[in-house]
Amino acid sequence: MISDNQYINVDTILNRYGNKKSSLIAVLQEIQNEYKYLPEDVLEYVSRKMDITPSKIFSVATFYENFSLDPKGKYIIKICDGTACHVRKSIPILNALRKELALSEKKHTTDDMLFTLETVSCLGACGLAPVITINDKVYAKMTPESAIQVLQNIREEESK
Amino acid sequence: MKGSMLIDGQRVEFNDEKHILEVIRKAGIDLPTFCYHSELSVYGACRMCMVEDKWGGTVASCSTPPKDGMEIYTNTAKLKKHRKMILELILSNHDRDCTVCEKNGRCKLQELAIRFGVKQVRFEEEKKDLMVDDSSTSIVRNPNKCILCGDCVRMCEEVQGVGVLGFAYRGSKIQVTTAFNKQMDHVNCVNCGQCRTVCPTGALVIKKDMERAWDALYDKNKRVIAQVAPAVRVALGEEFGLEPGEITMGKIVAALRKMGFDQVYDTGLAADLTVMEESEEFKKHLELNGTLPLFTSCCPAWFKYAEQKYPELLEHISSCRSPQQMFGAVIKEQFRKVKESDSKENVVIAIMPCTAKKYEAARPEYRNNGEYDVDMVITTQELAMMIKEQGIIFNELEEESLDMPFGLASGAGIIFGVSGGVAEAVLRHCVSEKTPGSLKDLAFVGVRGLDGVKEAYVELEGKEIKIAVVHGLKNAEKLIKSIQSGEKNYDFVEVMACPGGCIGGAGQPIPQSVQVRSQRAKGIYSADNSSPIKRSEENPTIIALYNGMLRGNHKLLHRPKTL
Repeated sequence: MISDNQYINVDTILNRYGNKKSSLIAVLQEIQNEYKYLPEDVLEYVSRKMDITPSKIFSVATFYENFSLDPKGKYIIKICDGTACHVRKSIPILNALRKELALSEKKHTTDDMLFTLETVSCLGACGLAPVITINDKVYAKMTPESAIQVLQNIREEESK
Repeated sequence: MKGSMLIDGQRVEFNDEKHILEVIRKAGIDLPTFCYHSELSVYGACRMCMVEDKWGGTVASCSTPPKDGMEIYTNTAKLKKHRKMILELILSNHDRDCTVCEKNGRCKLQELAIRFGVKQVRFEEEKKDLMVDDSSTSIVRNPNKCILCGDCVRMCEEVQGVGVLGFAYRGSKIQVTTAFNKQMDHVNCVNCGQCRTVCPTGALVIKKDMERAWDALYDKNKRVIAQVAPAVRVALGEEFGLEPGEITMGKIVAALRKMGFDQVYDTGLAADLTVMEESEEFKKHLELNGTLPLFTSCCPAWFKYAEQKYPELLEHISSCRSPQQMFGAVIKEQFRKVKESDSKENVVIAIMPCTAKKYEAARPEYRNNGEYDVDMVITTQELAMMIKEQGIIFNELEEESLDMPFGLASGAGIIFGVSGGVAEAVLRHCVSEKTPGSLKDLAFVGVRGLDGVKEAYVELEGKEIKIAVVHGLKNAEKLIKSIQSGEKNYDFVEVMACPGGCIGGAGQPIPQSVQVRSQRAKGIYSADNSSPIKRSEENPTIIALYNGMLRGNHKLLHRPKTL
C-alpha cells in the first residue's frame, strides 16, 4: 500500500497539469518517474481526480510499451536490440544477463527487486553498438562478459 | 445537406443522414455491420460496410458523409470477397463452439457467416484461451468470443457514462477488458446489461438462472410464485414472431401455469405500492421543505450508480424499495402462514426485463434468516427460452388471467415499464383533481416520450412542481451536474438506466432499435388505456393491503439498511 504522504506527490503532479484530461499521458509519465512503475492504487486515485474511468487509464497504460504496471528493480537495464546492436550481437548479451539474473522472456525483474531487464528497439547510439543502459547511464560496445562484470560491480557496490 | 446519390444504379434522395450507411439502409439494402449502432458514435472498425465508388475505390459507408451526385455500389464481387475475408479472419481466432454457445442462433457473426457462405476458414486456428468471467450476478463475459467491435465499450461509456469496459493492450494482444483485468463484480459495473444488447456475439451474455428456476418448479416441496414486470408483456411476443408492443400477458400467465408456477402475480401491483409510498414521501418533503429533489429508487442500476458515484445524493433518493423487492417481501409475508400449514417452501421468481434486477435481488440487505425476498430473477429472454424448452406453442395459448389477490394492477402501475411512467403515476396520485380530464392533462405535461431528458411543470396544491425524467445514466449524470452547479433545480427526478426505461432493459429480446422501443412504449400505454383502474390508490388490493398486512407496518416497503 502506498501511504497518504505519497499521494501528495501525485497531487503535485496533477496540479501541475490542472487535472486536464488531455494531459493523461504526461501525468502517467511523471508518475512512472516517481514510482518507476504505475501502481494500481495510484492510477485509481488519478482516475478519481481527473474524472477519467479506470478502464480508460488502463487502456492508455497498456497501450504504450514504455509504461509498466509491474514494479521495477532498483537498476533498470535496457539492452538495445535495434538493427545495429542486433547485428553486433546484442542477443547473446541479453541471454547472458538473463541467465545471470535468473530472468526470462516473461520475468523481467529479480526477486530481490534489484534488477529489471528489458529490451528496447533503438537507443540512438548505433555507433557504440552493442549498447546497454543501466538507469540511463550508457555502456558502450558490450560483450556478454563485460555486461556481467558491470552487474558484479553494482552488486559489490550494493553489498557495501 | 440535401441531395441525391446513385446506390447500385438506383437514385436515392438524402436529407440529413450523416453517412452513406444510413442512406443505403433507407434504400432498403441490408448492408452488414458489426460495429455500427445508430445510438453510438461511429467507430469504423469492422469494415463490413465498405462500399465501392465508381472508380473502384472502397470507403467505409458508416463514416463517409453522403455527397450530391455520389455513385456507389454495395455488392460488387470485390466487396463480397472482402467481406468474406473479414469474416474468415474474425473466425480464425474466434471460439467456435457454436452449438454450446449461449448466443447460438442469435449471433451476428454466425448469421453473417451463413449469409456470406463461409464454409471454411483458410487461416490457422488460433485459440485465445482467456478466462471466462462469470463473477457478476447479471452478465457473463467470455473474451474468447470477442471480435473487438467495441460496441460494449462505447455503450458503457457513451450511453451509461459508467465505462467499466475498455480496450487494453495493443496489436495482436488487444482485448476488451476491465481496468486491471478485474472481475466484473469488482468493478463499478451497474449490471444494466446494455453492453450485452449490442454485443454481436456470445462475448457478453445474460447470466442465466433458468436451471435454478426449473429445479424449483420440479420440486414438489416448493410453492413457486411468479411476479411479472410490466415491460415483459409488451416484448416477450417478439421472441415468438409477434409485433413489438403486442400485449401478451394472458398468454404469459397460461405459459407460466403450464410450466408449473403455482401463483402468477403482476409486479404492477407492487408498482402501485411504490406510487403510494413514494407519493407520501414526496408530499412530506414538499410540506416540510425537506431534501429536494427527490430521486426515484426503482431502478437498481441507477441506485448502484448513485451509490458509487454520487454518495452525497443518497439522502435524496426515495427510501422506497423497488417494486420487485416490495413485492418479494409482501408475497413472502402473505405466504408465511401457508408455509407453516403445508410446510412447502415459498419461492418467489421475478420475471423482469432487466439484468440489474438479478443483482438487486441478491443484495445482502434483502436477505432475512437466510431467505431472500426474491429468490431468483428470470429475464424476458430467459422466459422465452424456457417456454420453448417446455415445448409450449406460445402463439396458440388460450389467454388466462392472473391469480388473486395480487394479480390486479392499476394503469399507473403498468406504466412503470416506460420512461416517464413513475413520474406520471406519482402525479396521478398527488394531484387532487381525479377526473378523466386530469389524466389526459398529465399525459401531455411532457413526461412521456423517448427523449433522453424530459422536463415538466405541474401545479400541485398551488405550488409549481418541477419534474425531470431521464433515461440513460449519462443523461442522469448531466442532469445531476446541472443540479449540483445550481443551473437547474427540480422537485422530483425520475431516473431509469436503460434507454426508454424498462422496455429497453437488457433482459428484453434483441434487437432493441429506437423503433422497437417506441412500439413497446405504445403497448404499455395501451395497456394503461384498457385498464379499468387508472390510479394506484383506487386499486382495491392496495386498499386491502393497507388495511391489512401493511397497517402500521410499512417496513416491508422501504429499503433496509444497506449491508
